[in-house]
Amino acid sequence: MVETMTTASDAAAATPSAQPAGDVVLSVQNLQAWYGESHILHGIDFEVRAGEVVTLLGRNGAGKTTTLKSIMGIIPKRSGSIRFEGKDISRASSDKIARQGVAICPEERGIFASLDVRENLMLPPQVRPGGLSLEQIFELFPNLKERLKSQGTKLSGGEQQMLAIARILRTGARFLMLDEPTEGLAPVIIQQIGHTIQRLKNEGFTILLVEQNFRFAATMADRYYIVEHGKIIDGFANSELSANMDKLHSYLGV
Amino acid sequence: MSINLQALFAQLLVGLINGSFYALLSLGLAVIFGMLNIINFAHGALYMMGAFAAYFLLNVLGIGYWWALIIAPLAVGLFGIILERTMLQWIAQLDHLYGLLLTFGLGLIIQGVFQNYFGSSGLPYAIPDELKGGVNLGFMFLPIYRGWVVVFSLVVCLATWYLIERTRLGANLRAATENPTLVRAFGINVPRMITLTYGLGVGLAALAGVLSAPINQVRPLMGADLIIVVFAVVVIGGMGSIMGSIITGFALGIVEGLTKYFYPEASNTVVFVLMVLVLLIKPSGLTGRTA
Repeated sequence: MVETMTTASDAAAATPSAQPAGDVVLSVQNLQAWYGESHILHGIDFEVRAGEVVTLLGRNGAGKTTTLKSIMGIIPKRSGSIRFEGKDISRASSDKIARQGVAICPEERGIFASLDVRENLMLPPQVRPGGLSLEQIFELFPNLKERLKSQGTKLSGGEQQMLAIARILRTGARFLMLDEPTEGLAPVIIQQIGHTIQRLKNEGFTILLVEQNFRFAATMADRYYIVEHGKIIDGFANSELSANMDKLHSYLGV
Repeated sequence: MSINLQALFAQLLVGLINGSFYALLSLGLAVIFGMLNIINFAHGALYMMGAFAAYFLLNVLGIGYWWALIIAPLAVGLFGIILERTMLQWIAQLDHLYGLLLTFGLGLIIQGVFQNYFGSSGLPYAIPDELKGGVNLGFMFLPIYRGWVVVFSLVVCLATWYLIERTRLGANLRAATENPTLVRAFGINVPRMITLTYGLGVGLAALAGVLSAPINQVRPLMGADLIIVVFAVVVIGGMGSIMGSIITGFALGIVEGLTKYFYPEASNTVVFVLMVLVLLIKPSGLTGRTA
């Protein structure tokens, strides 16, 4: 099933030219969102295909995190179309969206202080068969196995990030949204998380990544979208990265 | 001064009994506050409804004490669930004050309705045959029913603690207390969990009401008198902790009992004096997390 883009003119530029891999898993059209009275997203259009790693790039406050939260149903005031595996989820509550097979690893990591590591790991219920077993998770993140009895928030920042990723791998969701998984972490930990995401990609997970650090994203992303002022203003495939370097620098202001 | 052991132990037992009710009620308040962010001022009225439920079960349907221990908390818990679904859920996002006012008003209405039909005097509820009488422990005479209340309350409190702190379901509950939005985004139906939590807290209050019926008689104002002390207990213990509210409940009952023996004049105020001291020294309560 391939959906045609029928969106506003500014999104036409965002359609990447590289030939995408699989069917459209997520299709977002004219997504608008509000925090109370303030209008944050002004019409986001993009899509993610099965098996892809798609990265949303953009400055702080551009609307990347809000985009993920809107897809997850965490932001109640939203409009536009969000289709996941062909079903419209733009009006569903977040627990229903999670049960469709969408999983989020939030920017603030969301490790629970009143739960130990094992409880944190076991918290998200299985939404589909075929999630990773505990053995597979401990193979990916050996540190966690040593710390099962620790209070969740007693872990180091890197371990908390691993735990935040690990717990959504158990659920059987095949579409993962990772919000700045490298934020505030040491280079060696960033590398480990990079390997993990690469591996998840190889195993067929579809990943929507939000990153400030595009050098990190470049090691695994298939495509990029640039978010600015609550809109997607550009998009290109990883193969076009070097050709778009100047543009990218001006978008991100680096 | 010479110590009259018999009288001392008698007061300690009264303290333990009161402590059992404080613990059950403050435990329910803590559970509700954790999930709903509501200070449930209707708690006293719901406790009273538990006692009345036992009374009606016996006098209208001929259902005795043991079944009442199960049916009354379920029935009153269901009533709580209806309150949550129809009213409390709509103010969940608002300031604490709204929940306080709404539940306070609900408490007054419930109490007023019962007072209208039953006045203010007590209705008798007999101790079940199996728990009549007492045993002489040598140092004191222990009425069996009172011993039963203390032991059973302790068991219920510990079971509730275990449910919340040691089980998978409890982990969901604790997580939802911390960050309901994220827990919901994992696919857990948090609104349903909130409703059931309110039902659980209300059920605990009703259970305390059933336990209390044979001791304190069944009166429309029985909850209003008790709940003021329970709120002081909650302030002293702190809202955040399950075990904290259990221990504080029993401990303050005992403190009250001891005060009744050593300085009876202060027995009605000692809890409030302690509350003031705790508020001065540690405003979040002895075991409370800062809210």
